[in-house]
Amino acid sequence: MKLNAQCLKMMAVLAFTMMSLSTPLQAKEAALLAEDPVVETRLIHISEELRCLVCQNESLASSRAELANDLREEVRKLIRADKSDAQIKEYLVTRYGDFVLYRPEVKPLTWVLWFGPFLLLLLGVTGMVMYLRQRQSDGPAKQNLSDEDRRKVQEILKSGDAS
Amino acid sequence: VKKFLIPLALFFGLVGFLAVGLNRDPREIPSPLVGKPAPAFSLHTLDAAAPMFGPDNMKGKVWMLNVWATWCVACREEHPVLVAFSKANQLPIVGLSYKEVQPQDQPAGRQFTPEEKLKLARERSALWLKRHGDPYALSVLDLDGRVGIDYGVYGVPETYVIDKEGVIRYKRVGVVTPDLLQSTILPLVQKLNAS
Repeated sequence: MKLNAQCLKMMAVLAFTMMSLSTPLQAKEAALLAEDPVVETRLIHISEELRCLVCQNESLASSRAELANDLREEVRKLIRADKSDAQIKEYLVTRYGDFVLYRPEVKPLTWVLWFGPFLLLLLGVTGMVMYLRQRQSDGPAKQNLSDEDRRKVQEILKSGDAS
Repeated sequence: VKKFLIPLALFFGLVGFLAVGLNRDPREIPSPLVGKPAPAFSLHTLDAAAPMFGPDNMKGKVWMLNVWATWCVACREEHPVLVAFSKANQLPIVGLSYKEVQPQDQPAGRQFTPEEKLKLARERSALWLKRHGDPYALSVLDLDGRVGIDYGVYGVPETYVIDKEGVIRYKRVGVVTPDLLQSTILPLVQKLNAS
């Protein structure tokens, strides 16, 4: 019985060691399977900036949609043809529009997109400053207590202390 | 001015924005191809005996390019509309069979040769058109989806209207409905035919 338990323990340790060893081995294999690592690195770099059109909230790098696969293959081809990042993005924009770019170009059409939030922030801050200033100038007048009021306040505070 | 009206007005402004935003179809992305020449291609057609086909063959005609596939579910909804429309002979409809043979169709552990793919795509498409009706003057086969990329296809079905000079005038992503044909496509075709 005791031997058996020890045997099981050993096996568990062995299995764990094998498992922890096999993971890095597998990772290495996967890396080898990928084609030219230079191309792959550039592909990932570029496609992280591109939107997958099928599942719109995923980047081209992470999407498993078939179109994303095709487009990655297309980008690979362009990388091998020595195209620059800008040229590759241009290639996709002429076909799918600015929508494929996660970071659309700054141009009159996208001004609202780029500067709109800052404009809103500016408006909000201006509004808040104006409101606060107004309140400040109104404030003291309202808070002016007469001597009578002060006396009453003192009285109330005192009676509070006593109880 | 009553002060409580300010947040109320802001609230309704927000509701207005949301109402507009929610009623928009996020899948409908304005195509940069409208107003640009239709990208050139040269592809096999369903008819094995016919020569290769390209947009140049349609020069001087207003025509429609409809992207479809037998595996496309939405196409089944669209197809009867196109069949009925083609009977009115308003304009030639060219089918673009998009990636008919999918990777999962291949036998395990082996890839189809291009010839096998072409043969299978022809067989399947012909059978499907026989069963559901054939609205197409002809249908070309974009087996690897390369032409689809040039046309910015990201969801089947998609439909393009191309003018006499070979310029794309209209693009529809998704199902063409009788309503859309009547309200948008037909008036456009008539205008293009007249010019």
